[in-house]
Amino acid sequence: MIPWLSPMLEQLFIEAGIETLLMVGAAAAIAVVFGLPLALLLYATGPGGLAPNGWVNRPIGLLINAVRSTPFIILMVAIVPFTRLVAGTSIGTGAAIVPLALAATAFIARLFETAFREVDRGVVEAARAMGATRLQILGKVLVPEAMPGLVAAITVTLVSLVGYSAMAGAVGGGGLGDLGIRFGYQRFMPEVMASVVAVLILFVQGLQSLGDWLVRRARRR
Amino acid sequence: MPVADAAPGAPPAPNDAAIRLYDLKRHFAGAGGALVRALDGVSLEVAEGEIFGIVGRSGAGKSTLIRCVNLLERPDSGAVRILGEDLLGLDDAALRERRRRIGMVFQHFNLLTSRTVAENVAFPLEIAGVPRAERAARVAEALALVGLAEKAGAYPAQLSGGQKQRVGIARALAPRPRILLCDEATSALDPETTQEILALVKRLRDQLDLTVLLITHEMAVVKEICDRVAVMERGQVIETGRVFDVFTRPAHATTRRFIADTIGHSIPPGTVARLPAPRAGEERRLLQVLFAGPASTRSVISEASRRFGIDLNIISGRIDEIAGEPFGLMALAAYGAPEAVAAALAWFTELGLGVTPVDEAEITHRAEAA
Repeated sequence: MIPWLSPMLEQLFIEAGIETLLMVGAAAAIAVVFGLPLALLLYATGPGGLAPNGWVNRPIGLLINAVRSTPFIILMVAIVPFTRLVAGTSIGTGAAIVPLALAATAFIARLFETAFREVDRGVVEAARAMGATRLQILGKVLVPEAMPGLVAAITVTLVSLVGYSAMAGAVGGGGLGDLGIRFGYQRFMPEVMASVVAVLILFVQGLQSLGDWLVRRARRR
Repeated sequence: MPVADAAPGAPPAPNDAAIRLYDLKRHFAGAGGALVRALDGVSLEVAEGEIFGIVGRSGAGKSTLIRCVNLLERPDSGAVRILGEDLLGLDDAALRERRRRIGMVFQHFNLLTSRTVAENVAFPLEIAGVPRAERAARVAEALALVGLAEKAGAYPAQLSGGQKQRVGIARALAPRPRILLCDEATSALDPETTQEILALVKRLRDQLDLTVLLITHEMAVVKEICDRVAVMERGQVIETGRVFDVFTRPAHATTRRFIADTIGHSIPPGTVARLPAPRAGEERRLLQVLFAGPASTRSVISEASRRFGIDLNIISGRIDEIAGEPFGLMALAAYGAPEAVAAALAWFTELGLGVTPVDEAEITHRAEAA
């Protein structure tokens, strides 16, 4: 597959690729599942929202900011007890997914919130005038109208996760980034490093193009 | 359903009014902490089947007022009675149910960009829990009403402004409301499309027996379709009445300015500057004469000229029709002996024409300022 790598390295490479896909995919999926309601809650309770409530909005905002401002490598170590609770272990690919998902959730919640804020307030007002409940406004107006922005947010999150996943080696999570550091850097094997970088670039490019295409499809204006 | 008790202080409410607003007050903290009185004691009554216009400059409070009718905005005090029922006393669920009976059309259409035309029109029905099969029939019916059946599958982005507003109207009418609120519904449209949409609203009112409350900053809209009008300024209704009466007998300076903007009877200052000087022993007086009622079709100018031996020079003029009645405004320069001119003016007034003296200096001053 990659002619300048030994068969053994090639095997490691494939395993690392699968680990990266697993970490990025699982963390992103969890981030969407938890980030979406969190973002809706932030939007709804924010100033001028459907149900403004500073006592709900501010603590959630603070928590999200705290997660986002902690360097990922520190976050990973700092939440080890939590990781152990959730994943049953603090090392390995599964254990790396926990901090990745946490960081991505905080990240995507803010991006989703921004996408909701960009929905025309007039459309929300029209729905209110029609007698829509708050839940109907969230589900039938905000989410569909914000869809292009939500898809773009997922794309950005996936790309960021590819970068974060390189640090997963610190808890034995494996992945392409970790392979690059251990072989390319620590064992002076520039061909491994170059291959890792090249594959990651291609992967990110592909993600971005797919994301852009989906955004265009979702945008009806 | 039993009619809810009147709010304390509200007058007894007969059920003939579709919309009855009583002493609405709504104050905001504006920029720099200044108190903005968006509504400062507004009372209004719209009869069933009527097209009622509220006209005012931006910031006059008309937006806040129309939003009080379906309580998108809650007044600080006052009473809102819709079809005989006090809305302020309702809980959230009941209020949502009432809102479904009040259609609303917006200046910027506010369509869902992610839905097709048919899906947009179906939206209020979906919200109200109308079964799918019935929804389709009602959507087709509403789109046929506004003449957009062939655009059912299009997305709003593919439509013109006028078409978008037709979708907005179809969406408002799909739940078969008795009341339609139009929030500057034609302000984003070109003049020709405006006429089309206004004609549509009028036709729908006749066809569906709707009560329409509209707000606008254009007196032309009022002139086109309204039965009655209220003029708003600084959170208050300063004048209200039948459109023809308000146009022909405006009581308030603001109303007169609105009318002047609409029918454009302003006196051209260049013409005034070039008027010949009066002969010795004579005077020149500028007047504005308002024609309405029986005398509006009589040849009063030549008659006055013969009767009083004065000369009347027409500077500008226009005869129009409002609500089917002839109506005109004319600017005249009258030349003659002071007593003859005064007698002619008295005769005009006797005939029921509105005579307003015009200050020449003010007009030439306005020309210099411009």
